[in-house]
Amino acid sequence: MTAIGMEVSGLTVELTTPRGTTRAVDGVSFTAHRGRTLALLGESGCGKSMTAQAIVGLLEPIASVTAGSVQVDGEDLLKVSRKRRRQLAGPTLSIVFQDALTALNPVLKVGTQLAEPYRIHQRMPAKRARAKAIELMRHVGIPEPESRVDSYPHQFSGGMRQRLLIAMAVALSPKVLIADEPTTALDVTVQAQILALLAQLRKEHDMAVVLITHDLAVVAEEADTVAVMYSGRIVETGPVDEVFEDPRHPYTRGLLDSVPVETERGADLSSIPGAPPDLFAIPPGCPYQARCPLVQDVCRAERPALETRAGRAVACHLAEGTAQ
Amino acid sequence: MLTFLRRRVLTSLLPLLAVVLGVFVLARLTGNPTALYLPENATAQAREQFSAANGFDKPIWSQLLDYLSGVVRLDFGTSLRTGESAAVMALRAFPATLQLAAVTMLLACLVGTAVGCWAALRPNGLADRVSSLLSMTAASVPDFWLAILGIWVFAIMLGVLPTSGVDAGGLSWVLPIAVLMLRPAGVLTQVVRGAMISALGSPYVKVARSKGAGERRVVARHALKNAAPPALTVAGDLAVGLINGAVVVESIFGWPGIGKLLIDAILQRDFAVLQAAVAITAISIFVLNIAIDIGYALLDARVRQKVGAAA
Ligand SMILES: Nc1ncnc2c1ncn2[C@@H]1O[C@H](COP(=O)(O)OP(=O)(O)OP(=O)(O)O)[C@@H](O)[C@H]1O
Ligand code: SF4
Ligand SMILES: [Mg+2]
Repeated sequence: MTAIGMEVSGLTVELTTPRGTTRAVDGVSFTAHRGRTLALLGESGCGKSMTAQAIVGLLEPIASVTAGSVQVDGEDLLKVSRKRRRQLAGPTLSIVFQDALTALNPVLKVGTQLAEPYRIHQRMPAKRARAKAIELMRHVGIPEPESRVDSYPHQFSGGMRQRLLIAMAVALSPKVLIADEPTTALDVTVQAQILALLAQLRKEHDMAVVLITHDLAVVAEEADTVAVMYSGRIVETGPVDEVFEDPRHPYTRGLLDSVPVETERGADLSSIPGAPPDLFAIPPGCPYQARCPLVQDVCRAERPALETRAGRAVACHLAEGTAQ
Repeated sequence: MLTFLRRRVLTSLLPLLAVVLGVFVLARLTGNPTALYLPENATAQAREQFSAANGFDKPIWSQLLDYLSGVVRLDFGTSLRTGESAAVMALRAFPATLQLAAVTMLLACLVGTAVGCWAALRPNGLADRVSSLLSMTAASVPDFWLAILGIWVFAIMLGVLPTSGVDAGGLSWVLPIAVLMLRPAGVLTQVVRGAMISALGSPYVKVARSKGAGERRVVARHALKNAAPPALTVAGDLAVGLINGAVVVESIFGWPGIGKLLIDAILQRDFAVLQAAVAITAISIFVLNIAIDIGYALLDARVRQKVGAAA
């Protein structure tokens, strides 16, 4: 078994809005191993980004973590001081955010931005940090890095910008890298290159990668483990090949039935009839009840817990019945 | 960068030319300026003499040429009141206005940036509320009223500041600057606050934080640099407005600048001085606009490229 990179348990995020308070992330737990990829899979709005932001400590002011822990290297990230968190941001835990096209500062040279991790964490002199930035650019496949280091973000294509962001995130060789939909904003042709780059860097740095996506094909190709999220909760998790071969949660099964995995990269997870429950009106019991073909009375009364049976964790009252 | 500059100079020259021509047209619009320049009871002979001496008997286009060649040589004729060269008088008054405006603008920018950032870091906090209230008040109270209030409270009631003039050294600066800077500082605070709030909520600031950047680096390096271009644009407009505001404030406080010269010239129908003062004001606004554009381009590579491509 590979070493554990990060262990998230019971992570809960509450959202306070004029419409009321609700749980956008509700008791999420997963373990990411070094050198492996864990995919966090789910429809738009199910709380994937919120989970990622809670882990890196960069939630919007309206959201706050109310329970749970994030263990990395024997420290609980949710308990450490702000200063300690900043020290860990980069060398231990890094993130590539969802908005690839706007995530670089438009008025700073890319070289300056790439040099920042070295400047902040290693107090490296500007000249050496710049040389490091050039090296990083070359490493992630930016052509002519010596001349482009002084360019501004708008002078790069979307794919190149995502490469720069990834380079910045892995600059200090973090133990854990969270990539929030790293290819959604990009052309289909560029997507495969970015995923290949991530895989290469994961091996080089022996990183635990948490890959957030709503793309089943990406999960099938890139991930070792998958955690399926629905309405702020993880409803099924396990090794990708097992889960895809034999899905036990009706939601996972619905997803897999609706999309031919091998052919359609980029297909959206919207082909199951119905929609997820309104965040401010989540019914008691199972959140999937309104769309579930197997729904029983017990589903409306009692919330199914994520229970492990034979190495597979599923949150469904009827999971055992569907196992055979 | 050079094409960029040439373009800006050319586009900004147009309004300058318009002002220079406007002054000429205005001065001639009222008919033969002799009537304006000479007293009511002047003799016909005196009028003819005056006309000839100033070239008013020549055809209008030739007068225009004379006028323009005068402008180019910064020669606006002599003051009717003092007999001195109008241009020399204007140039002598100009530094006083420039100093007043520069110090005011500098202070307004410093205050606006500091308070704006502070308010943006804690939206709806105490600093934010107090500064909003003050900016709104400053924007709605006329300069002359503030000036008079200031004189009444600090010069007359408390007696700690001079009522007018420049003889009291540093203290003479306090009231004129305080009155002049209130509005620009208030407006800049609101602009910086808005720009900083949007910059601090942007994805690139999140990325900077995810790299472990501290608050100071996030604010100064990432957010402020993005908030600077809109603030600079507004600061430029405010600086132009300040030159107008100086007319009132200089007159009230007896500040020997271009504004006071302008008012005095109008009151005394000293057209040569009026023309010189207007022209020098227009030229300084022209230079100011160019400087703002250069600053804008230096701050933002995208502007440089866009303008360069369009040129
Ligand atoms: N500022 C906000 N105000 C109100 N609700 C919000 C806000 N931000 C997020 N939410 C809600 O929180 C939930 C989780 O959002 P999150 O961004 O984590 O979704 P996601 O799974 O990343 O979706 P996507 O695939 O679209 O990125 C969503 O239902 C969203 O509507
Ligand atoms: S608990 Fe009931 S409603 Fe929920 S997924 Fe299982 S069967 Fe469907
Ligand atoms: Mg998201």
